[in-house]
Amino acid sequence: MASRYIANTPAEQREMLRTIGASSIEDLLVKIPPKARLSRPLALPPALAEADLIRHMRALAAKNADADRYVCFQGAGSYDHYVPSPINHLISRGEFFTAYTPYQPEASQGTLRTIYEYQTMIAELTGMDVANASIYDGASSLAEAALMAHAVTERTEIVLARGVNPLYRRVVATYCDGPGIRLREVPAPEGVLDAEAAGTLVDKKTAALVVQSPNFYGCLEDVAAAAEIAHAAGALLVVVTDPVNLGVLEAPGRLGADIVVGEGQGLGVPMSFGGPNLGVFAAKAELVRRMPGRLVGATVDKEGHRGFVLTLQTREQHIRRAKATSNICTNVALCALMATIYMATLGKQGLQRVGELSAAKAHYAAEQLTKVPGVSLRFAQPFFKEFALRLPKSPASVVAKLAKQRILPGVPLKTYDRTLADCLLVAVTEQRTREEIDAYAAALAEAVRSPQRRHR
Amino acid sequence: MSAYDKLVFELSSPGRVGFSLPESDVPGKPLAELLPRKFLRGAAPALPEVSEFDVVRHYSRLSRMNYGLDTHFYPLGSCTMKYNPKINEDMARVPGFARLHPLTRPEDAQGALRLMHDLAGMLAEIAGMDAVSLQPAAGAQGEFAGVLMIRAYHASRGEKRTKVLIPDSAHGTNPASTAIAGYEVVEVKSLPNGEVDLDALTREVGPDVAAFMITVPNTLGMFEPRIMEITEICHAKGVQVYMDGANLNAILGITRPGDLGFDVCHFNLHKTFTTPHGGGGPGAGPVGIKAHLEPFLPAPVVVKDGDTYALDDKRPKSIGKLQAFWGNFGMLVRAYAYIRTMGADGLRSVSDNAVLNANYIMKRLEADYDVSVPGPCMHECVLSARRQKRQGVTATDIAKRLLDLGFYAPSTYFPLIVEEALMIEPTETESKETLDEFCDAMIQIAREAQQNPAIVTSAPVTTPVRRLDQTRAAREPNLRWSPTR
Ligand SMILES: Cc1ncc(COP(=O)(O)O)c(C=O)c1O
Repeated sequence: MASRYIANTPAEQREMLRTIGASSIEDLLVKIPPKARLSRPLALPPALAEADLIRHMRALAAKNADADRYVCFQGAGSYDHYVPSPINHLISRGEFFTAYTPYQPEASQGTLRTIYEYQTMIAELTGMDVANASIYDGASSLAEAALMAHAVTERTEIVLARGVNPLYRRVVATYCDGPGIRLREVPAPEGVLDAEAAGTLVDKKTAALVVQSPNFYGCLEDVAAAAEIAHAAGALLVVVTDPVNLGVLEAPGRLGADIVVGEGQGLGVPMSFGGPNLGVFAAKAELVRRMPGRLVGATVDKEGHRGFVLTLQTREQHIRRAKATSNICTNVALCALMATIYMATLGKQGLQRVGELSAAKAHYAAEQLTKVPGVSLRFAQPFFKEFALRLPKSPASVVAKLAKQRILPGVPLKTYDRTLADCLLVAVTEQRTREEIDAYAAALAEAVRSPQRRHR
Repeated sequence: MSAYDKLVFELSSPGRVGFSLPESDVPGKPLAELLPRKFLRGAAPALPEVSEFDVVRHYSRLSRMNYGLDTHFYPLGSCTMKYNPKINEDMARVPGFARLHPLTRPEDAQGALRLMHDLAGMLAEIAGMDAVSLQPAAGAQGEFAGVLMIRAYHASRGEKRTKVLIPDSAHGTNPASTAIAGYEVVEVKSLPNGEVDLDALTREVGPDVAAFMITVPNTLGMFEPRIMEITEICHAKGVQVYMDGANLNAILGITRPGDLGFDVCHFNLHKTFTTPHGGGGPGAGPVGIKAHLEPFLPAPVVVKDGDTYALDDKRPKSIGKLQAFWGNFGMLVRAYAYIRTMGADGLRSVSDNAVLNANYIMKRLEADYDVSVPGPCMHECVLSARRQKRQGVTATDIAKRLLDLGFYAPSTYFPLIVEEALMIEPTETESKETLDEFCDAMIQIAREAQQNPAIVTSAPVTTPVRRLDQTRAAREPNLRWSPTR
């Protein structure tokens, strides 16, 4: 059967072969040694017509507890923030959607301008001088920051606060293995960086101290204090943050960060089971020539008109090869475009509103949930839109019970930290309503109240 | 030229809004009372203040300053700019996929996990590999993961190998990924026809070499005729062989990396499997491996137990994680939909037609341009503008002139071993009429280079801007907008 994605008809194929001077397509494959040829068709499921494909895909999708059908209080690095309607319409324009890396700038000014806008808005939010065009996700962005700090300082250790998302710490470990960078961890017994322990761990071997704020447990870190510790030892301060919070939270750049990274998914990118996401990467101006990834700069054309190009490319793999600052080539430009449109749409006031609403609802939720007997906040720290709850019953069992009522109550922390086995991490964005929060509190009360089993 | 020249900041008007958010429905204190002051931002961020319609018109206008595949033939070599089916977009946006949180417990994400499990299985079959990890976010991250697995494998056998061999024709990510993985990169010179020099390879492979990394078909668009000897030479010396699978579109159902003897191979779902390029990404770069490397796969691995799917994260020998979650799932949905649409015969016909189209272009242009290597080629052909250069017209000039004639440009100056390279990959989704129009334009440019080179060297003139001052951009970096500029 002919495929709708291939234009050539048999007659056209014959005509083209005639031009080429070959009698069949097989003739064109002569360089492939016969013994290397696959002698059977690929063992794949049969081709589906469009309507059958849709049916099949919908059946798969129906087996997933998505945030349209379930009420989502899950966070831990991916959040159910509102996505304004224009984003999907605009990114779906084929001129954006089906272009590739803007290597021919004259025919790619649309993409280049949006990246320049993105860099500007991210630099503004984070309080940094420059932002790049994107890294894959928050975790790989942090890993790149670790490599960059190592290259800049020529030091061999990275000190990570335990409040840094443990999934991110694992990615950092993967990236630091090759260069032999040693990773050390500062405990967070009270939910935030133990400053004293950090002070002793950070020394002249330290390339960077990494803190996350709000951290994995939702607590706000004293970034300025961390900056002092890092800088006193001549190390860089890397701050992991969630840019959607920066409408109201202080910009890490104003608190002493040298590099700011984070997950930009909250800026209009769908959760999509964890990817593609948006790795945000921003730094101080003096570090720009060591930065990973693409950068767009303004310039002029030969007639003096403003135009935009990829610049400082001698940092990159296609020029510097083994000595490049990073191996990244394809990035997540379209997610950066979503974020650009998001930031433009929300604007100065909207991003503040998102922050205020998220914080208000999270604090209301914390209040209601901790009214449930036996439920308490795990850490006595200021938090923003996420917090760890200690439960009187196993968090996994609570998740299972609430799922039956179409509530996704949060992320059990046991897999990330054994000492928090009785904790559930709860995230509340501006999307959650009072009704949903009250229903969650009622369901939680029910779930933890149920009588102890008589038999074990 | 009356091109649109605004940035969104320049549309801003104080007090204008483009968003719609509800009033708070919960009682509570204002933020300034909820949180200590030191955590709060002193001044609101200077983001634009525009209406929703301002946003829509602005980005619609910017989009029109781009050439995209939907609007223009986009023969960018090595990138497989094939049609991105619209149905795949619809499927990726189904809420059951797009609105699924990554940490939803596996019991409540069975559809997503099944899709991933089955996609990994189909990719393994396509490449003749034993297992596939879907986690890498792009080809470069697939390379990185693959090289790390090779490293872990050697280490598990107590072997200290410190070098990786890579041909001089390789894509830049190959050496870059390898270096980050902790290896010394040794560049191997290719033969003049772009093939691997077997004598040189035999000399170089030794007990200190961990891997040989090559692209098949190679970056000149040619199939290495002695590929099986190459993998044998390597294996005889305990050297692992990595295949950069960026060019897989040439060989679907024809031959398989695993059957050629490769131990590792990555896929670029944004090339072979039609996920859109998005102006530079996102993509997805799954990596396939043979069984001996399985213990080292990135964690977690999607596993099937009876009829239940799960994420297995208890993998003590794993190289670790590459991104926070499981992979670029949205891209995986699209690639899965594509493979299910095409089936085995469909995929085979993809490669047949990709090869046919590339050879057709090469044949039609061989009188006017130097071909880097005589054909037949596989899915792309590399021409050289060295003849035109003698007339003062470079590969860049030809690329710019193509923009004026209504085409995006081929890849230029890659591979590095071809002087004035023009790497042309038409893909199977283009029609003969489009190929003919493109070839006519290329032939016209070759004539212009002889008769009126200025028209080529001064191109483009029809684009929103003309040639841009790259030197100035790099010398005085202006990487963000500010009101004073
Ligand atoms: C031959 C080759 N190898 C590797 C890559 C890198 O892949 P990615 O851009 O997906 O990281 C590319 C792509 O651009 C390529 O053409």
